[in-house]
Amino acid sequence: MPSIAKPIAVHPSLHRNALGLTLRDYEGAMSTLCAGCGHDSITAAIIKALWELSIQPHMIAKMSGIGCSSKTPTYFVNGAHGFNSAHGRMAAIATGANAANRELTYIGISGDGDSLSIGLGHMCHAIRRNVKMLYVIENNGVYGLTKGQFSASADVGSRSKRGEPNRMAPIDPVMLALSIGATFVARSFSGDKEQLVPILKAAIAHRGFALVDVISPCVTFNDHNGSTKSYLYTRKHMQKATEADFVPPASEILATIGDVGTTTVTMHDGSVVRFTSVPKNYDPTDRRGVYDYLQEHANTGSVATGLLYLDESVADLHEMNQTPSTALARMPYDKLVPGTAALDELMEDFR
Amino acid sequence: MKATNTGDPAYYHKVVDCQWACPAHTNVPEYIRLIAQGRYTDAYMLNRESNVFPGILGRTCDRPCEPACRRERVDGKPVAICRLKRVAADLKDDITHLLPKAPEQKNGKRVACIGAGPASLAVANDLMPLGYSVTIYEKYDKPGGLMRSNIPSFRLPESVLAEETGAILNMGVDIRYNSPVESMNGLLAEGYDAVFVGSGAPRGKDLDIPGRHDTDRIHIGIDWLESITFGHIDKIGEKVLIIGVGNTAMDCCRSSRRLGGKDIKVMARRPRGYFKASPWELEDAEEEGIDIIINHAPTRFVIENGALRGMEFERLEWDAEAKKSKVIDKVILPCDDVILAIGQENAFPWIERELGMEFDKWGMPVVNETTFQSSIPGVFFGGDAAFGPKNIIWAVAHGHAAAISIHNHCQGVPVTERPPDGMNLVTQKMGMSEWSYHNDYNPSPRQKMKHVDLKKRFEQLNIEVEMGFNAEQTAREVQRCLNCDVETEFTPKLCIECDACIDICPMLCLTIARDGEESEIRQRLSAPAVNPDQALYASEPLPQTGRLMLKDEDLCVHCGLCAERCPTSAWDMQKFELLISYAGREACTSSYVPA
Ligand SMILES: Cc1cc2nc3c(=O)[nH]c(=O)nc-3n(C[C@H](O)[C@H](O)[C@H](O)COP(=O)(O)OP(=O)(O)OC[C@H]3O[C@@H](n4cnc5c(N)ncnc54)[C@H](O)[C@@H]3O)c2cc1C
Ligand SMILES: Cc1ncc(C[n+]2csc(CCOP(=O)(O)OP(=O)(O)O)c2C)c(N)n1
Ligand code: SF4
Ligand code: SF4
Ligand code: SF4
Ligand SMILES: [Mg+2]
Repeated sequence: MPSIAKPIAVHPSLHRNALGLTLRDYEGAMSTLCAGCGHDSITAAIIKALWELSIQPHMIAKMSGIGCSSKTPTYFVNGAHGFNSAHGRMAAIATGANAANRELTYIGISGDGDSLSIGLGHMCHAIRRNVKMLYVIENNGVYGLTKGQFSASADVGSRSKRGEPNRMAPIDPVMLALSIGATFVARSFSGDKEQLVPILKAAIAHRGFALVDVISPCVTFNDHNGSTKSYLYTRKHMQKATEADFVPPASEILATIGDVGTTTVTMHDGSVVRFTSVPKNYDPTDRRGVYDYLQEHANTGSVATGLLYLDESVADLHEMNQTPSTALARMPYDKLVPGTAALDELMEDFR
Repeated sequence: MKATNTGDPAYYHKVVDCQWACPAHTNVPEYIRLIAQGRYTDAYMLNRESNVFPGILGRTCDRPCEPACRRERVDGKPVAICRLKRVAADLKDDITHLLPKAPEQKNGKRVACIGAGPASLAVANDLMPLGYSVTIYEKYDKPGGLMRSNIPSFRLPESVLAEETGAILNMGVDIRYNSPVESMNGLLAEGYDAVFVGSGAPRGKDLDIPGRHDTDRIHIGIDWLESITFGHIDKIGEKVLIIGVGNTAMDCCRSSRRLGGKDIKVMARRPRGYFKASPWELEDAEEEGIDIIINHAPTRFVIENGALRGMEFERLEWDAEAKKSKVIDKVILPCDDVILAIGQENAFPWIERELGMEFDKWGMPVVNETTFQSSIPGVFFGGDAAFGPKNIIWAVAHGHAAAISIHNHCQGVPVTERPPDGMNLVTQKMGMSEWSYHNDYNPSPRQKMKHVDLKKRFEQLNIEVEMGFNAEQTAREVQRCLNCDVETEFTPKLCIECDACIDICPMLCLTIARDGEESEIRQRLSAPAVNPDQALYASEPLPQTGRLMLKDEDLCVHCGLCAERCPTSAWDMQKFELLISYAGREACTSSYVPA
């Protein structure tokens, strides 16, 4: 825990976004995580993305479960709403919140323990429902908060800090999500904000559920030589599949569409994601191709990163259920609770 | 770009903006911390080591440190460095036992100083403890030079001056009052081992325009102020015009106000922003009801029946840069007295040219800027006598440097062999997120100096106007200091490039980026480094990616958060102490700096 709050002094060249806010206005409380934790870097990337998108702080809902990662919503956007749920329940709570108020921007923060062990089922169903939200897994291969036990994302053969190897096969959230119909799947690294920030922005603009798996070294329990989620290992094994560039609506797109290696996908809100695929012929809209590519890379031990898969054509939770366009939260009481007569009428339908 | 060498004392010295700007390199942040701890005596003594006259300077210094202060770039107003110096001087205990003393055993070398101004006194201060016999020849019957004769007592009380000049003279300096040196030749014949000329720039410039010599109501500013000090003048007419708008003009107008002047105008040729007077002096004068009249060039004195009636001016219109002007018309302003405050000159009528000392075309002796030696070995100059009128702190700095030369000269060492500066660098880490300095940023605004009531201050000539900071103001002001001497010291091989330091830095000082040309790197940092006067630190290549850690020193508030968030202690907060060399004392640490 730092000795002081971040000084209020600001750099004179600090820019303001469309709302007149500076980056500093998107900060939260001082982090209590270990110094050097990858999660703090992801927090900084989220702050940058939200600021660049000029999202009003009070229109943001920060959702999380339990874990070092799940503590981080406290460390960004002080002015936002938030819900710190029980372990693994963030996806369920976020689904409910989103159902009740579709007007907020949902930022879900989870860990590999929170999402891939206790919360695995909830996450899968939020993916199936295509709940419109950014869902970040701050993936460090361990349960950081409970002192470094292997999580379900730990690779076979990777070692704990005490030297014991992990023998159980990992769950790769990216492969899992692809296999159950996820519409936005990305992987990045906390130590590469140039890649991470545009991915986060695209994820927030996405029509439905956007999964961003971020390798985020646990500097205290999993940054040693036997780890496959350390700063050094990740840097050595990271393979960029794509470089994504997020272009907000109404901005001019500079690259020529159709260039070799360049694909553009127009998002539901009119913004555009421009991909430059690093390997030739990588197509981020081809689910099967992406699956094969990732499988191949997993076998060679490299970590493929980038905005890996994107499909803007699938309806989200609200569209699927044909809910009203106004948030339930803002609906007049008599419309939301129409009374006994209306209930009786409904019940009649089922007789 | 080349990796920065933080082992060179100049690198971190430059980060301590105030200390770098101070001609005597006073350790400002350290004395401010000592004041914060209530250690006024230590704060005073630390000051005294470098600037010799903390009580005097805490009231009168030209304070080049303040415009340089980093705090000004951060929140618009520098730390009140000068006024805090006065706090140390006012609140210190008895320091008699701490003052330097002359050894009983003299070293057999005799040094003569001409003039008892700050320059000569600084020389004596450094040489007496080494065993030199120092003789000072002074024209007047009291010590202090212009500090006594020209700085009015409402700015600098006589008691402060007496105490701080006394601290030096009491070491056993052979001071000869009422002894103007009238011949350099004669002085040299007395066989001194070295001579130091600290005679100042004693001549006020005149203004030879029609009417100048037809009345006795036109005064030369510095002579007039001197006459007040020595009790020869105690009144002035009601309407006074001061010609010129430098520091002397400010003292003249405020003195006039105290001697009966009611309608006092300071006449400036150029517009505001081009005045020589310091902004705070202008403020103080205007507070006392003095008018500053811009764009007026004097053309003649209006004399009627042998009496001064007024003065004629051309009214000027200047271009945007105040370079070229044109005359609009002429006006006559009525007055009873005129004081000329348009500058000072050096004059050395008592140095015989046959001696062969080299003078330049303006009649100034040729003096080496490092050694302060003239073209005659063993004859040194310093203070206003060396390069024309400057100020007290420069006179002191010259005195220290000349003392090193004199010591070398007397010990048979070439004067060009200067002892180098050194440095200490000590970690301030006390534990996890715990530092031995106050690292929090205090948003308090600069404290305003309180002044004696506008009626009361005019009752007597010597009522000190500035009241000094009270305890509460002091407590706030000390916390405004950013501790720029507590440096961010980086060890590249420890860095794992986790970005924690970059993410936490409130001032966007840090960046990890690939190498390039400095000018180009400066454009692609967390925030562009636009202040070319401030260094850009570059590390050796980092172990994991070979990129560089870069730090723009410009706006770092030395909060230590980068070091607190660094998992490997690649960043550490380390206190830098500049080890200054003085005559006979090479690069030694001050006993008043706590480790
Ligand atoms: C009106 C006025 C206000 C000022 N205010 C400030 C201020 O607020 N802050 C600041 O920093 N500076 C100020 N200055 C400037 C500052 O006073 C001088 O720069 C400084 O005193 C120079 O020190 P010095 O030792 O070189 O010479 P001086 O202080 O000029 O001392 C020279 C001494 O030599 C003596 N002397 C001269 N010739 C001979 C001789 N032939 N034989 C024997 N003795 C001789 C003189 O009597 C004098 O005592 C001011 C100057 C003036 C004129
Ligand atoms: C119901 C429940 N079961 C177990 C725990 C204990 N627990 C706290 S955090 C955590 C794992 C967190 O791991 P992860 O989500 O990866 O977060 P990290 O700390 O690694 O960021 C566990 C098992 C709990 N808090 N609640
Ligand atoms: S234990 Fe690991 S995951 Fe938790 S804060 Fe520390 S470094 Fe981060
Ligand atoms: S001390 Fe470190 S964190 Fe604080 S302003 Fe300076 S570089 Fe930034
Ligand atoms: S916090 Fe330390 S280890 Fe991390 S990037 Fe900064 S200097 Fe390197
Ligand atoms: Mg984890």
